[in-house]
Amino acid sequence: MRPTVARTLGRGLVRGLPLLWLALFFLVPFAVTLKISFSSPATAQPPYLPVLDWQGGLEGWREFLEALDFQNYQMIASDALYRDAALSSLAYAGLATAILVLLGTPTAYAMARAPARLQPTLVALVIVPFWTSFLIRVYAWIAILKPEGLLNAALLKLGLVSAPLAILDTPYGVLIGLAYAYLPFMVLPLYAVMSRLDPALREAAADLGAGRARVFLTVTLPLALPGLAAGALLCFIPMVGEFIIPDLLGGPDTLMLGRVLWSEFFSNRDWPLASAVAVLLLVLVVGPVVLFREAELRREEAAEGMGKGATGKGVGTGGGR
Amino acid sequence: MSLFARATLVLALAFLYAPILVLVAYSFNASKLVTVWGGVSTRWYGVLFADGPLIAAALVSLKVALLSAAIASVLGTLAALALDRHGRFVGRGAYTGLLYAPMVMPEVITGLSLLLLFVGIGLERGVATLVIAHATFATGFVAVVVGARLKGFDRTLEEAAADLGATPARVFTGITLPLIAPSVAAGFLLAFTLSLDDLVIASFVSGPGATTLPMRLYSQVRLGVSPEINAASTLMIATVGLVVLAASWLTARRGRGA
Repeated sequence: MRPTVARTLGRGLVRGLPLLWLALFFLVPFAVTLKISFSSPATAQPPYLPVLDWQGGLEGWREFLEALDFQNYQMIASDALYRDAALSSLAYAGLATAILVLLGTPTAYAMARAPARLQPTLVALVIVPFWTSFLIRVYAWIAILKPEGLLNAALLKLGLVSAPLAILDTPYGVLIGLAYAYLPFMVLPLYAVMSRLDPALREAAADLGAGRARVFLTVTLPLALPGLAAGALLCFIPMVGEFIIPDLLGGPDTLMLGRVLWSEFFSNRDWPLASAVAVLLLVLVVGPVVLFREAELRREEAAEGMGKGATGKGVGTGGGR
Repeated sequence: MSLFARATLVLALAFLYAPILVLVAYSFNASKLVTVWGGVSTRWYGVLFADGPLIAAALVSLKVALLSAAIASVLGTLAALALDRHGRFVGRGAYTGLLYAPMVMPEVITGLSLLLLFVGIGLERGVATLVIAHATFATGFVAVVVGARLKGFDRTLEEAAADLGATPARVFTGITLPLIAPSVAAGFLLAFTLSLDDLVIASFVSGPGATTLPMRLYSQVRLGVSPEINAASTLMIATVGLVVLAASWLTARRGRGA
């Protein structure tokens, strides 16, 4: 087709509108956050200083820039609270990702090996919980995990424990919540890859004498790695900054960056310090985010290579949530 | 299917559904205590419908969800079209990155930075800022859903229409849009539920006059488990169940139509 003015304009609009929106409401806000992380808190509206005087010209800019400093970052570097929160956020997210790999891999594999007519139902069953409110699903665990809750009542009745276990308000509660809430994010991308694997490969390995476990470990798992990588990153990144789960299921001493940021902002009303914590959190996740995009692109290419029919299932990595 | 596979599926589904079932069951519990079963009762639903602030919050949530899902559907569909149709254009990598990043970005970062932008440009916080924030993080999800549909798309139909003299705009409204409409609708529903569900971003960008349902529920949840919240949760789960049924119906129709 001949590129006409109208056509070029149309293409520009199609590509440009989402770009403009995301640049304005996703990228620019980061720049603003970065700027405010160098500001100082103030009892004013807005509660930070300096505020750029647009009418001030070059002199205004100079004054503005001179008033910015690194004091929030010095605070973060010197106060052990922030270092500990960063390390424990990474530890919680890393540990929960490992648990999710262990839970999600057999689940996705069992789904992919289920009879073909059952598979769409199984996919729907995994998707439905995460269409329901995240807050409510996490809240539901309080009634199960608390000392006088259902889990302890069951354990006591069965005689497995003599006194109620403390799970709620401990790191175990947080890990259970993370594993529960993010399981679909792990299972769906893994299933999407595993369901497209050619059964002939498994059969060939079995014919050559490999046992079930060996077939899984040497054929299925290596081929499913793109899905595993996408799922692990899809869970790990938001978990590092998770707020609701540590807030509802963790104890007062459960330190995670999302929670620290929340309390700096809402309780202490220290917007500049909250911004600096956000920048720290961003630094922690930016590497994994880049890896995630790479994994997504590779997964898509792998899916295209495996034939068009399979993509019609619509089980993309993000397609469910 | 092996016994191991069966057992895995049963356990995984039990893990996913047990908390939800507990919640639904206890919403009908006459007793106020979570461990005591006091018989079946709908009294908590009565309490719920008499809770004015909660209902007002639900209406705010619905309004925000409808508006933000509409914007996200338009932007997400455009982005999916650009990625599918424009080949390997310059900056394609950055474009997909910009589209995917909001989906995984920790919500506290998105929420705080959007709020700082709104304060910086002097935009009053309320329904409008909620709509902008939700549309921003839902756009990528719509693009993924619509993009999956575009990949299985039969381009010969568009070419035939163009050969018969249809302008690109006519081809789009006459052929492309009707064919991808079910996936756009599915994307809309996804964006809608994402908006209804969001607590963290909404807490940052909302103003005094615009409390959403999750914000209201969260302030009550912090005080502990209550049967009224169980009842509210059950209603939300039922609503989402209907939405998912509608979405799977659309998907099934899409399968037959294509």
